[in-house]
Order: sequence, then C-alpha cells, then structure tokens
Amino acid sequence: MAEDKLSRVNRRSITKLMIAVVCMFGFAYALAPLYYAVCEALGIGGRTNSVPIVEVPEGMQKDEDRSVLVQFVTRSAQGMPWDFEPMERSVRVHPGEIKAVNFRVRNRTGEDMVGQAIPSLVPGQAAPHFKKTQCFCFDQQPLVAEGEEVMPMIFYLDPAIPRSVTTITLSYTLYDITERARAGEVAARQAP
Amino acid sequence: MADHHEHHAPTGWRRWLLSTNHKDIGSLYLWFSFAMFLVGGLLAMVIRAELMYPGMQVVDPDFFNQMTTTHGLIMVFGAVMPAFVGLANWMIPLMIGAPDMALPRMNNWSFWILPFAFAILIGSVLMSAFGPGNPPAPNFGWTFYAPLSTTYGPASTDFFILSVHLMGISSIMGAINVIVTVMNMRAPGMTMMKMPLFVWTWLITAFLLIAVMPVLAGAVTMMLTDRHFGTSFFDAAGGGDPVLFQHIFWFFGHPEVYIMILPAFGVVSAIIPTFARKPLFGYASMVYATASIALLSFVVWAHHMFTVGMPLAGMLFFMYMTMLISVPTGVKVFNWVATMWRGSLTFELPMKWAIAFVILFTIGGLSGLMLSITPVDFQYHDSYFVVAHFHYVLVSGAVFSMFAAVYYWLPKWTGVMYDKFWGEVHFWSSLISVNLLFFPMHFVGLAGMPRRYADYALQFADYNWWITIGAFWFGISQLFLLWVLIKACFLKKGEKATDEVWEGADGLEWTVPSPAPFHTFDTPPVVK
Ligand code: HEM
Ligand SMILES: [Cu+2]
Repeated sequence: MAEDKLSRVNRRSITKLMIAVVCMFGFAYALAPLYYAVCEALGIGGRTNSVPIVEVPEGMQKDEDRSVLVQFVTRSAQGMPWDFEPMERSVRVHPGEIKAVNFRVRNRTGEDMVGQAIPSLVPGQAAPHFKKTQCFCFDQQPLVAEGEEVMPMIFYLDPAIPRSVTTITLSYTLYDITERARAGEVAARQAP
Repeated sequence: MADHHEHHAPTGWRRWLLSTNHKDIGSLYLWFSFAMFLVGGLLAMVIRAELMYPGMQVVDPDFFNQMTTTHGLIMVFGAVMPAFVGLANWMIPLMIGAPDMALPRMNNWSFWILPFAFAILIGSVLMSAFGPGNPPAPNFGWTFYAPLSTTYGPASTDFFILSVHLMGISSIMGAINVIVTVMNMRAPGMTMMKMPLFVWTWLITAFLLIAVMPVLAGAVTMMLTDRHFGTSFFDAAGGGDPVLFQHIFWFFGHPEVYIMILPAFGVVSAIIPTFARKPLFGYASMVYATASIALLSFVVWAHHMFTVGMPLAGMLFFMYMTMLISVPTGVKVFNWVATMWRGSLTFELPMKWAIAFVILFTIGGLSGLMLSITPVDFQYHDSYFVVAHFHYVLVSGAVFSMFAAVYYWLPKWTGVMYDKFWGEVHFWSSLISVNLLFFPMHFVGLAGMPRRYADYALQFADYNWWITIGAFWFGISQLFLLWVLIKACFLKKGEKATDEVWEGADGLEWTVPSPAPFHTFDTPPVVK
C-alpha cells in the first residue's frame, strides 16, 4: 500500500538525518584536536612548542646582525596563591643564539601544592620561530608548603624569524592544579 | 493515516497534550513563543529600567547580568525559533498539499519538550529573584563564554546546560520533521521549484539546524564535563583553551542567526507578491540566494571574534567571506523591491509589516557590513553598536516578519479578520517605538558605550533615557497584539474571512476553507 511505502521512505530519511546529527555532534568534539592541529601547523594563536626541541639544527649560525628583545610577563591565575616572577624582565638575543633564563616561584601557603604554567606569545608570527629546548611549562610544578624554587627555561630563536619582529613578549600564567593532580586527572601537559 | 475518517478530534486538555495534528501543534508553538516573547520582554524592561539613568538604581550588577543573559536566551531559543517552527507546522503541509507533517508523534514530542526546557531556565531566574539566598541564575551572557560559564559559572549553570540540551533536541526533531515532510509529502505536481519560498527557506533552515544544533549540544556537554568530570576543553590549566570555546560556539552561532532570519525571508517573499499583485521577482534567484547564504554561513563565524588575536590571514579570510554574504542578501532585498516596482500595491497590515521589515532589516544588514570590516570592528566590538545591529535584524527583522505572518494568515487560522483598528495601532506604535529604542544605540555604541554593563559614563545619559522610553513603549505596544489575538482566536469576533482572504493571494493554503478545518488535503490536490 502507498501508506507503507511512504513510511518506509520516511524511515530511510530519518535514519540519514539522524546519522548527520550524530556526525555533527562528533564534529564538535573533533573541533578541539583540529583547532590545536591547525594552530601548531600554522604557528598561530601564539602557541609555542609544547614538547622540548631535542636537537638544535646542525650548523645553526648566530645572526650577529640583528637582535630581538624578548620580554617576560608572569601572572598567577585568580585564586593561585604563589609568587611567580622572571629573574630577568627581558633579554636581548641574536637569532640562532641559545639562551637560558630563570623564573622564581614561591608557594605562599602552608600546604603542598601543584602548579602548572601555561605560555602564550605575541606577536603570533614569531611563535613558530620561538624554540624551547627546556621549559618548566612542559611539566607540572609541585611545591611543598612555603617552598621556593628557581625554574629554568632554555630557548633560541630560529634564524628564519622575520626581520620585522624586533620584540617578543612571552607570558606565563600559573594555575593551581593541586586537586586535579591528586585525582590523577592531568598528566604532565602533553602535546594535545 | 488510515484511521482519519473514524478518528474524531479529542477534546479538552487531551486534545493539546496528546495532539498529533499539525495545526494544533502549530498553534501551541505560536502561543508558547508569544508567551516567551512577553517573558523575555519583561526581563528586557528590567535591563532598560536600570539603564534609564546613570548610576545604580533598580538591581545589582550581578542580577543585571542575569537579565541580559536570560533575556537573550529566552528570546533566541524561546521566542524566535519556536515561532518559526509553529509557522512551519501550520503552513508547510497547507502549502505543499500534505495532510499533516510526516512524523506527527515526533512533532508532539518536539513541542512538549519546550515548556520543560524553559521551566528549568525561568525557574533559575525565579529562584534568583525570590528564592532563599537568591542563588544567581546564569549570568555569563547568552553566548556563555568559557571560563565565565565553566570555572566561574554559578550552580544554575548545570540547569542551563540541561535546558539547552532539551531545546536542542526539540529543534533537531522539528528540523527532521520539516525535511521529511518537504521531501516526501508534496502533492503530485508540486516540484521543488514550484514550492512556495517559505517552504524553501524552511527546508534550508532545517538543514542548518541539523548541522549546528548538535555542535551546540557538543559545546554545552564539554562545559558540563569541564565543570564536573575533570576534562579541560576550555581550561588552560589542563591544556585546554578558552578561545576554543568561542570557535565552537560561533561555529554554531553564526548559522544560528540565519536560522532565525531565513524563514523570515520566506514569509516576506509570500506577502509582498500578494499585495503587489505580481509574482515574486526572481524566484529561482531567491532559492539560490538562500542556499548560498546558508553555505556561506559556515565560513564566517570568526567575525564574532576578530579581537581574540587572530593571524592576519585569518582576519582577512573572515572579513571577505562576511562581506560576501551581503551579496545574496542584497539580491533578496532587490528582488523584494523589484516585486513591488509597478505593482498594484495596497497596504493592508501584513504588507505594512513586510515593508517595514525590508527597510529596517536593510539597516541592520548595513550595520552588519560595517562590523564585518575587521579594523573597524576592533572599535565597535562589544559596544552598543553591535546591540543595535542585531536588534535591527532580529526585532525589526525576524520578529516583524512574524508579526507580518500572523496578520497575513490569522484569517485563515481563525476564520475571522483581525481587528483592523488595534492592528493599526499595534503597527504604528511598534514601528515608531522600535526605532526610538534601537536607533540611538548606534550613536552611543559609536561613541564608546560598552554592552553588558549595568552602568555607563554620564555622557551617554540622554540617549539612554530615550532608549528606555522606546523600550517601555515598544513593550506596551505588544499588548495591542495580545488583544488582537485574543479577539480573533478566542472571542472569534471580527469580519468573516473568505477562503481566499486576500484578493491577490496565490498558493494552496488559500484553497481550503477559512478557518482551515482540522483535516485538510486528505486527498492530495493536483498542482499544475
Ligand atoms: C549583511 C549581513 C550581516 C553581516 C555582514 C553581519 C555581521 C556581523 C558581525 C561582523 C558581527 C560581530 C560584531 C561584533 O561582535 O563585534 C555581528 C554580530 C551579530 N549579528 Fe550580524 N551580520 C549580518 C546579518 C545578521 C543577521 C541576519 C542576523 C540575525 C537575524 C544577525 C545577528 C547578529 C547577532 C545576534 C550578533 C551579535 C552576537 C553577540 O555578540 O551577541 N546578523 N554581525
Ligand atoms: Cu555572525
């Protein structure tokens, strides 16, 4: 009968549309890795490398002709009772030169805590050329009550960095992840 | 349905609660959305009362934020979207010669979920206003950006998440119903390119809904797990990124604004030809323009986030794509004007609303074009200029088109003509007040008044006083519509409507009696 045929056709349409709905729900979740992949690939969004660079390119030359001012900004997130500051506010580096800088943290509370620093860099075009061979931000920072620590960060600017970049600002925000670390919810920050 | 002829319409509350009839469900949707329009309007009155004078007078800043948030949510998801779904329910089967929607039971579900969704949302507003300890309602803006809605969201955020899930399920079911109906239930001879434009615009809207409502559901689910289950999609401390939230939200959000306007284009494209007594100019180009607007709407979302610090190439891409959308939109405006050109125009109320729509929507489109220019948007972003823009397109656009639709089809729905006097009062009063309300927002916005604050600098005082007068006036004007509707729907008072209702009207809905009987097109009409 025509009725049956219609309901069969309808059912087929519903199935297709429901598949589309489920796919789009999945797509929302896919946007998260996609976003990080695009940002890393294009070096946008001020994202710097989230795992250490282990090998400095062979024969990297220090470009003595120019230098770039690298400024450091630090901030403790709301509710994070640690002192956090760079030991030098800025350094001047030549592209190709390897440089080490230090940051100081102090846990002002009477409890053991775990912190996590998240970097962000402006201008965005410089991010893919800013290479960190070592950074405290690759790991979590546990600190005992009233504890204090000096955290190193080693980096270089790859010589291909555009000439228009003369100043770079690297900012770190320090978050309290004590509870999450205790619950085992966050491993050390990994490449997403 | 095989049992149509033995089946008598149930009566009393069961008729409504258990309804599977597209006309009854359409009426439920329309009344529900009108109720939400009044509730959302009431919240707007609180906002405007606070902003009438500089300084704090009426509410505290946190409650003010709850008002802007819930006003936006209720208007978008409770008033505008269900209004168009109601219209689709009533009109699509009548326009394509189908006996009902394809999936009547699902239709019942998709409506009856809504009162629960909004009871939850409005419940948290009532708790905040009158409950013990006044626990805050959602207060992070209708765009619920993380981390405001995750790390800093009040407890009611979880109710909000549930409510958005329910709204999403309802919209998705409604959209599936529309698509299946239009694809499978057209009368013989009703080819795709013969469908009235309202059906076309709704079909495309339904596809947009299928594509983006699940993304919204994904966004609120991520919020939920970020809040309670230890994920960090939007939390930098755990490796996430709050900017990702904005991308996901606006990937939904920009198509969403077209979900709210495409059916309006369909309504206006039905009304203008009737009162110009000419066929719609450029029917095919209207269809293609609608489809291209829908496709483009997926690649412009970041124009809402120019200021987050995007790379230059990204800003240029989103700027050009956004500007490109004005081309098909412009095609539509030209087609409406060309339809009126040298027509035998008369200005019955539906036509008045439709013309007001064309003019005022165009003003909103122009301010949109200004906002799409990235460097300029850096200044306008999050100012009252944006508020002016989206109220011109949504209130004097989407809402006015709904008014036009109501006046146009009310005689078909109820069998009586609307009260012309109070209808005219409603129109003129709304037309003047809506401009008094929203036009000065352009000026204060350009002068630097930010949106979403409970107070402002003294220099904005006079304009804001006038804006508030416009707001109260516009709010009160809607009571005239309430009276017109009560008179036609319940008192059934008014001039008896003919079947054709309008002299120049064209389309299958005008071939059935007025009021449209409970069952229509049990045997499909033949379309030549
Ligand atoms: C010519 C077409 C349009 C263009 C070029 C356009 C452009 C824009 C831009 C660039 C913004 C972002 C402004 C900012 O936040 O700085 C915006 C905001 C907005 N537009 Fe449009 N728009 C257009 C049409 C529409 C339509 C048809 C609607 C709805 C019916 C709409 C609704 C909105 C809403 C709701 C917002 C504000 C969202 C928020 O931040 O709360 N726009 N528009
Ligand atoms: Cu948009």
